[in-house]
Amino acid sequence: MIYREAGQFKSTYATDQAIFPIIQDRVVVLGAVVAAFLVPPLLGSEYWLQAVLIPFLVYALAALGLNLLTGYAGQLSLGTGGFMAVGAYSAFKLSTAFPWLNIILVFLLSGVIAALVGIVFGIPSLRIKGFYLAVATLASQFFLIWLFNKVPWFVNYASSGTITAPGRTVLGIVVTGPNATASARYVVALSFVVVFALLAKNLVRGRVGRAWMAIRDRDIAAEIIGVRPLRTKLLAFAISSFYCGIAGAELVFLFLGSAETLAFDITQSFLVLFMVIVGGLGSVLGSILGAAFIIVVPIFLTNVPHTLGIALSVAILKQLELMVFGGLILFFLIVEPHGLARLWQIGKEKLRLWPFPH
Amino acid sequence: MKSRVLLIVVMAAALAVGPLVSIAQAAGEIFLPILTYRTGPYAPSGIPIANGANDYLNLLNQRDGGINGVKIVFEECEMQYDTKQAVECYERLKSKSPVIVNPYSTGVTYQLIPKAPVDKVVVHSMGYGMTASADGRWFPWVFNFPMTYWSQASAFIKYVGAQEGGLDKLKGKKIAHIYHNSPYGREANPVLEELAKKHGYELTLLAVDHPGQEQKATWLQIRRLNPKWIYISGWGVMNQVAVKEAAAIGFAMDHVVGNWWTGTEVDVIPAGDAAKGYKSMAFNAPGAGFKLHQEIFTHLYDKGKGAYGNDRSKVGEALYNRMLINTMLNVEGIRTAMTKYGNKPLTGEQVRWGFENLNLTEKRLEELGMKGMLRPLRVTCENHEGNGMALVQQWDGRKWNIVSDWIEPMRDVVRPKLEEAAVVEGKKLGYTMRDCSKEK
Repeated sequence: MIYREAGQFKSTYATDQAIFPIIQDRVVVLGAVVAAFLVPPLLGSEYWLQAVLIPFLVYALAALGLNLLTGYAGQLSLGTGGFMAVGAYSAFKLSTAFPWLNIILVFLLSGVIAALVGIVFGIPSLRIKGFYLAVATLASQFFLIWLFNKVPWFVNYASSGTITAPGRTVLGIVVTGPNATASARYVVALSFVVVFALLAKNLVRGRVGRAWMAIRDRDIAAEIIGVRPLRTKLLAFAISSFYCGIAGAELVFLFLGSAETLAFDITQSFLVLFMVIVGGLGSVLGSILGAAFIIVVPIFLTNVPHTLGIALSVAILKQLELMVFGGLILFFLIVEPHGLARLWQIGKEKLRLWPFPH
Repeated sequence: MKSRVLLIVVMAAALAVGPLVSIAQAAGEIFLPILTYRTGPYAPSGIPIANGANDYLNLLNQRDGGINGVKIVFEECEMQYDTKQAVECYERLKSKSPVIVNPYSTGVTYQLIPKAPVDKVVVHSMGYGMTASADGRWFPWVFNFPMTYWSQASAFIKYVGAQEGGLDKLKGKKIAHIYHNSPYGREANPVLEELAKKHGYELTLLAVDHPGQEQKATWLQIRRLNPKWIYISGWGVMNQVAVKEAAAIGFAMDHVVGNWWTGTEVDVIPAGDAAKGYKSMAFNAPGAGFKLHQEIFTHLYDKGKGAYGNDRSKVGEALYNRMLINTMLNVEGIRTAMTKYGNKPLTGEQVRWGFENLNLTEKRLEELGMKGMLRPLRVTCENHEGNGMALVQQWDGRKWNIVSDWIEPMRDVVRPKLEEAAVVEGKKLGYTMRDCSKEK
């Protein structure tokens, strides 16, 4: 009876519409967010922050974006890597062309540019659905990467074709570039995830989210009850690309430091799609859990034999890691096809009855 | 339900105990990280590199007890030639305070260049990486001796000129550059273009996308263009496909020249006899006939401690030898630093001093058992490229043979261009130029 709701009365519309109507949820989530802001920067080693948590947060944001599109609006997309690249290259162009521009604003603007590109590539979604749409969005993946590889303007005519994140500050603290501390980068990445997870949560509870879900569940029925398909679908593409664009900018500015187009190749699109599927389609929490699974578990698997002192050659280790990871995904999807978020939901229901299950 | 519980336990364990790293490092040892890619699309190139490093360091530990008596501890980290995994590797190994890192990937080098001055780690990108970093005044922490991609490209043009009977004969001749569409592959383009203007040859640039298995379109263009010479900047699986395709269209193999990453055994063997006559650039001699190899056989392979196990046939392959040289140069850099700071584990700054004062003489090369394998080398504060020279090697169907003298690159063309690029690249990272005359 950890989740005891008895006595929690909703007497106003505001309390009834709260994101977390149960006080336990509110406390846990708030506590987790505060802990996430405080504990890792104070206690985490640089390795933890830079190599584990920052990529996790960056991909969590991308997974959130894709989940809005695929999980909520039902538009299967394989263009995530391309949209992330748009965000990264826009952020690079903006931050080098306007060095005085606040880096947070740069991230948001590159998200907007990615959103515009997303709308363009979302247009076919009116006529095609499902796997056919996935193939159409694949075009964006290949076209955008090709474009950034081909046109030297995007990399400021650097002969190598790499983009490097310049050092920029927020409130006097360096948050990008090589001189930024891992804690500073982490806090920026975390802030973005927290703010945009909250936004996503509110978005899917409201009119927009309901329209998306109506389109996802039966588009003709949705049209009959007054949802405008083109506008709704394009909005989903725009907002999803906005999230992915910011994630792409963060990938270069907060995680990698410098990147080439290879960093945004097709495997990125698959990676984010796997996160959404493993985490749980149509769930905000699932996006974050899925990112944790796909990013953290391989690192865990690499480090386990090492920590236990088992001496294996690195090649065998890597192959073992891939096999175990693949096996885990299979096992996982057989046991819980609705993803990690569903596990959490079941857990909550059990806790509601605990210790008297029926 | 049981399996669900198991699942939760697995997830919780992964998140909780996850990336625990043992940061146990004994005092009195030197730690050298090795970034490897024994798996993934670039594994054919990654395996000999990793084994070369292992064998050389093991040899030093076995035979001499380390560097001047200081034991070497080294650890591999598998990164699959993927920059994201390389960042994870670098961060993991960084906790053990390494003094040198060899990225062995131009992409990863670009990642590490901005980090090097902050983390105080010397980045040695031997014959790869960012060409502009050869200007030590702008990039104090990055070294790319013995030679850069630009010097290499100029040496290639010089070689072609010599084959054609003088550089003035290049006028109107067609040269094609087939390159891996990545920072690495593009690196040679500016110099090839500049020299095209100067010597009047027609340059065609043809990009091949990662990983390079699909090159049909490129070779169709080659057939239409019918160039006199082809220069290839490839890596991993792209190389063997290129060699096979060149053979398939019946191109004169002795007019196909790879750069020094496009001239290994695995690149030519899959093409069989068709690869006979294929050439590539190099800065070291191939083969297992040097004194160093004998030492490796006696101290490691005879005792069953070699990186290849019992297989001695792969010792002396192009990339294996190149990594022997790379590791030797690192060790000699550390040794140079030890002459000033004493025989003990050193800091990054101290090793950097050693690198900037590295003077590898003919005599020293002979002592190391590497006489003739590499040219003597001298690195200075301004010049992190050293004074390396290039060779051309040719595949005879069974092994690589040297077919040219040491070629001096066109330093008069390369160096000014390089200094220009260093200003641009350095300013991008917010660096200022240091004054080398003030440093000892």
